[in-house]
Amino acid sequence: MSAWAAAAPAIAILAMATATYLCRASGVVLMSRIAITPRIERALRALPGSIVAATVLPLALDGGPPALLGIAAAVVVMRLTRFELAALVAGLAAVALLRAAGL
Amino acid sequence: MPAPTRPSFTLAGFLRGARYSLPLWPGIVVFGSAFGAAAVQKGLTFAETMAMSAFVYAGASQMVALEIWPQVWTPANIVGTTAVVAVINARMILMGAAIQPWLKGEPKARTALNLFFLTDANWLIGTGYHAGGGRDVGVLFGAGVVIWVVWVLGTLPGYFAGALIPDPGRFGLDLIMPIFFAVMLSNLWKGWRPARPWVVAGIVAFVVHILVPGYGFILAGALAGAVAGAVLE
Repeated sequence: MSAWAAAAPAIAILAMATATYLCRASGVVLMSRIAITPRIERALRALPGSIVAATVLPLALDGGPPALLGIAAAVVVMRLTRFELAALVAGLAAVALLRAAGL
Repeated sequence: MPAPTRPSFTLAGFLRGARYSLPLWPGIVVFGSAFGAAAVQKGLTFAETMAMSAFVYAGASQMVALEIWPQVWTPANIVGTTAVVAVINARMILMGAAIQPWLKGEPKARTALNLFFLTDANWLIGTGYHAGGGRDVGVLFGAGVVIWVVWVLGTLPGYFAGALIPDPGRFGLDLIMPIFFAVMLSNLWKGWRPARPWVVAGIVAFVVHILVPGYGFILAGALAGAVAGAVLE
């Protein structure tokens, strides 16, 4: 085995790990160098919920009725109990039941 | 329990973050094991599999990397695979930007370490805690470290024994992250007015998701939401 063949997988994994770390770190570094105007502050305030909504909505709609109802069940239980684990279990149970019922 | 409201970094916060992560452990182990099992099938060595989980440490991108894992690595396919991983994880740039005000007073070296453990789950836990008035950075770090350990350990049984649950969909486990995200969104909820950018984000993400294959929709939607937040008011 050549030296390249021996080292290449490690180099590949190191490259992926480095790229991912740069994603993790660059947002913080970037924002620490930007003057926070009121407009940027509003953007930042909208950002967490926007990231969550942008992740959830497409995946939920992809998943069809079980996903939508499962998410609805989890949110309702969360509002009622303020207890993440109960909400998560309710959501998963709803998805499992609806899928078992063939939906 | 009252949360510290001044910026701080405490052991109590670390433990609090660890505790907040508990509900996610089963899901993380199931998906860690699914990655381990898929890695074996792709012919990865034990060291390669564990290095992926330990150092890349980003579930969706690890799975996609496996899908395009080449038989023989060349400089070209290293660049290609790395680019795909970077695109999937680009959402973390925004996640980091969103928590930067919270981390402002932190020592740089500690933030550098803290950010290595940044992932969707501990970001969500930290963001929910911060939205509730908490400022202890230890919460973010504790949740991150513990979830990393669970993810890395979860990879092991998959590598040696196959996926713990061969058909996670039957139990809804494939939807655990969207469900957890939705639960956290209800934690961030402060009425319709502040939520208008989220609606923009959701719609833009959905449209991009339909039109463009891949994971760019999260980034596109989140950016649209941030712009909407800046413009509206």
